[in-house]
Amino acid sequence: MANFFKDNSDLVFTLNNLDLTEVASLREQNYKFAQEFDNAPTSFEDALDNYNRVLEIVGEICGDRIEPRSRTVDEEGPHFENGKVTYHPLTVQNLKDLEQAGVMGVMLEHRFGGLNFPVSVYTMMTEMVSRADGSLQNIFGLQDIAETISFFGSEEQKQKYLPGFASGEFDGSMDLTEPDFGSDLQSVRLRAWQDEKTGQWYLNGMKRFITNGCAQVHLVLARSEEGTTDGRGLSMFIAEKCPQLVVRRIEHKLGIHGVATCELQYNDVPAQLCGKRRFGLIKYVMSLMNGARVAISGQAVGIAEAAYREARKYASERMQFKKSIDQFPAIYDMLSNMKVKLTAARALLYETTRTVDLRNGYNDLVERGEATADDRAKQKYYNKVAAVLTPMCKALATEMANQVTYDAIQIHGGTGYMKDFNVERFYRDARITNIYEGTTQLQVVAAIGGVIQRDNDVRIKELASLDFQGKLARLRDKVMELHERQLKAVAFVAEKKDQAYHDLMARSLVEMETYIFVGLLLLRDAMKCEERAAIAERWVLDAVPEFEKRFMRVMSGDVTLIDNNRDIIDY
Amino acid sequence: MSYTVLVFVKQVPDTQNISGDAMTPEGTVNRAALPAIFNPEDLNALELALQLKDRYGARVVVATMGMPAAAEVLRQALYRGADEAVLVTDRALAGADTLATSYTLSCCAKKLGKFDLILCGRQAIDGDTAQVGPQIAEKLKIPQLCYVEEVRSLEKGKVVVRRAIEGGYEVLESPTPALLTVIDANEPRPMNAKKLMKFKRAKTASEVAKSYANANYTEGAALDEELKKLEKNGLLIREFSAKDIDADPGRIGFPGSPTKVKNVMSVVLTASEAKSVPATDEGISLLIHELISDHTLG
Repeated sequence: MANFFKDNSDLVFTLNNLDLTEVASLREQNYKFAQEFDNAPTSFEDALDNYNRVLEIVGEICGDRIEPRSRTVDEEGPHFENGKVTYHPLTVQNLKDLEQAGVMGVMLEHRFGGLNFPVSVYTMMTEMVSRADGSLQNIFGLQDIAETISFFGSEEQKQKYLPGFASGEFDGSMDLTEPDFGSDLQSVRLRAWQDEKTGQWYLNGMKRFITNGCAQVHLVLARSEEGTTDGRGLSMFIAEKCPQLVVRRIEHKLGIHGVATCELQYNDVPAQLCGKRRFGLIKYVMSLMNGARVAISGQAVGIAEAAYREARKYASERMQFKKSIDQFPAIYDMLSNMKVKLTAARALLYETTRTVDLRNGYNDLVERGEATADDRAKQKYYNKVAAVLTPMCKALATEMANQVTYDAIQIHGGTGYMKDFNVERFYRDARITNIYEGTTQLQVVAAIGGVIQRDNDVRIKELASLDFQGKLARLRDKVMELHERQLKAVAFVAEKKDQAYHDLMARSLVEMETYIFVGLLLLRDAMKCEERAAIAERWVLDAVPEFEKRFMRVMSGDVTLIDNNRDIIDY
Repeated sequence: MSYTVLVFVKQVPDTQNISGDAMTPEGTVNRAALPAIFNPEDLNALELALQLKDRYGARVVVATMGMPAAAEVLRQALYRGADEAVLVTDRALAGADTLATSYTLSCCAKKLGKFDLILCGRQAIDGDTAQVGPQIAEKLKIPQLCYVEEVRSLEKGKVVVRRAIEGGYEVLESPTPALLTVIDANEPRPMNAKKLMKFKRAKTASEVAKSYANANYTEGAALDEELKKLEKNGLLIREFSAKDIDADPGRIGFPGSPTKVKNVMSVVLTASEAKSVPATDEGISLLIHELISDHTLG
């Protein structure tokens, strides 16, 4: 009897202290849906009660059903024969449980049979599913595809696909990567051509590394404008499973074994244009990927949570030199480091989802033509902040998950290297999170603009001006000292006007920003809950030397690596 | 909806999560100290009913006898997919043993009208008697099929079930209406988010009254209105008193319960060393002599 929501005090704290008042009210359009739908909430208290209760349902499914099946799913995985992918029977059962719980259309509007929940609550489910079975998240998390159709599809497309997604009848895949183009999506070549007489579009070409590529509904990035070579010649299409869409093989991967990663061949597959031509990559896929980046951050936090718990349990039970090993400084140092990083990543994750929810809410308000000038300003603000927090969050959460799962094996010693324990699986599953949906290196590229432009400063000031007392006030001052130095470092790089130096220092600058921003979030939470003060303090005290190291590097103006990297690499 | 399936369920103290003060000094269950849960095998019965609903289209009516707080398990049944819920509650029902309980529930079944099947969990985890289901069948004079694992088929007037027997199973056919007691042989479906968001508002009349400060008669009109509104939206959990189900006052509650608890003992089973006996006539003869000589037999 395990409940992955109720047993996770940090998650419960986060939900109930995140302040989703504005988010829920935007989402429910001032609770007007309650007139029309008998399951729509009538007030914020009602909505929050729904979030808590539904998370409890999902937490129970994750703890009691999905987690016990996860080892077998990892060992046996899906099956591929004669062009057909068959999921493991336990994966099928997992999906059936989630479908019966009615959580396959969490973010979809009431009118399509969805729960109309915010991204924040959906991400909490994502996290719990990943803690139970990292690979299942890759199927459960594809709800972003339905969300993308709901953002950009025509009313007809929404009517056709969204109810099926909400009921669990449809599953989806996002077909972006090609054999020759991964990070460089603007060079995608899969060709879309239109029959001039009927207006029907067809897709031709190859896609690779497609998660759940055996899905019923595919969102496909394709080149619709002949003769173009950049991102502006790409459009987004909806294609359905059909004989012309061939699964050529499924990949043998290091981790996330439960989900099929497919190579797809498109042989004149009929497709519908989704949204406007030429906006495929620059608008729709960017939106889709940003949604997926949040989901992967949730996946990383979930896997790390599972690994941390195993490590903590093992360290408290394993006796060496007549003591449990968690009493040795070397081990409790590792364990507290893991816990602090995990809590930090979760704090940034839900600050990010809340910002994304507010962005979505104000985007929607503007689109419906109901926005005031004030609403428009907020829309602009939240779009800007979401754009920097999303990659910052993915970088932190996924690198953290790698570190935590690595340390979890380390704490287990030789035992952890064996298949008999779960930590080796968590380590394998975590390894993809800082690669797909954009590597950490690309997250830095996405975040650095906002860091240089100081897009987080409004929020940083807001958080710093909270009424901290005593130790928390002193820690806040420490963080704000770092912030002052961050402004210097940013100015130093900007004034240099050297693109190579800017790119080389980008990761340091983004990480320095993360130390500051997350420090304030943890202090805010410590103010609300005294037991969290030690975690916030540890984060800030550890952040100081980490920050200084990067600060020294940025301020050194050292360009030798730009000049002599070949000498080093080629020696 | 061609079939009607009644499911009788019970709210029980969670005896699987025992805390220190789970027993009173008198040796009875301290209900206040234990969380109240849906009796596990009743969830299996509900799941079986919902599978029949999925397969054949059935109206699933869930009923319980209990305190007003037992409405909570009825709501949980609605979250899982039951169509209607009925609470039988009355101070006169307190202190019922299995005889009085089964009589009360049989009256409830009669009151609810025509049905094809009654499903009960095999037994409740508080008393573990497994008597109530079969006794209801006796009182309604309908066939009983116990230890059911699955329903193979259901048609008008006939049901085929598979049930567990020692060392295997058997397949039985029975005319309907019939009563089935169900064992832990399926995985009950999870609660459904959308149903929960709707039916968390479902209430019994006494719960509504309680939210109106019990007997504040000045608000009677508002109370009536709220009840009507709930009923219109399908959110009113029906509530029956002993009188509503035409129960004989002498056969319900404490007066209708001949069971007397004579003594409660804490029995500690201790295992001693095992001894193997060769499976020969000689071995068995030796064993019997040994059992006679230490007075286990005879």
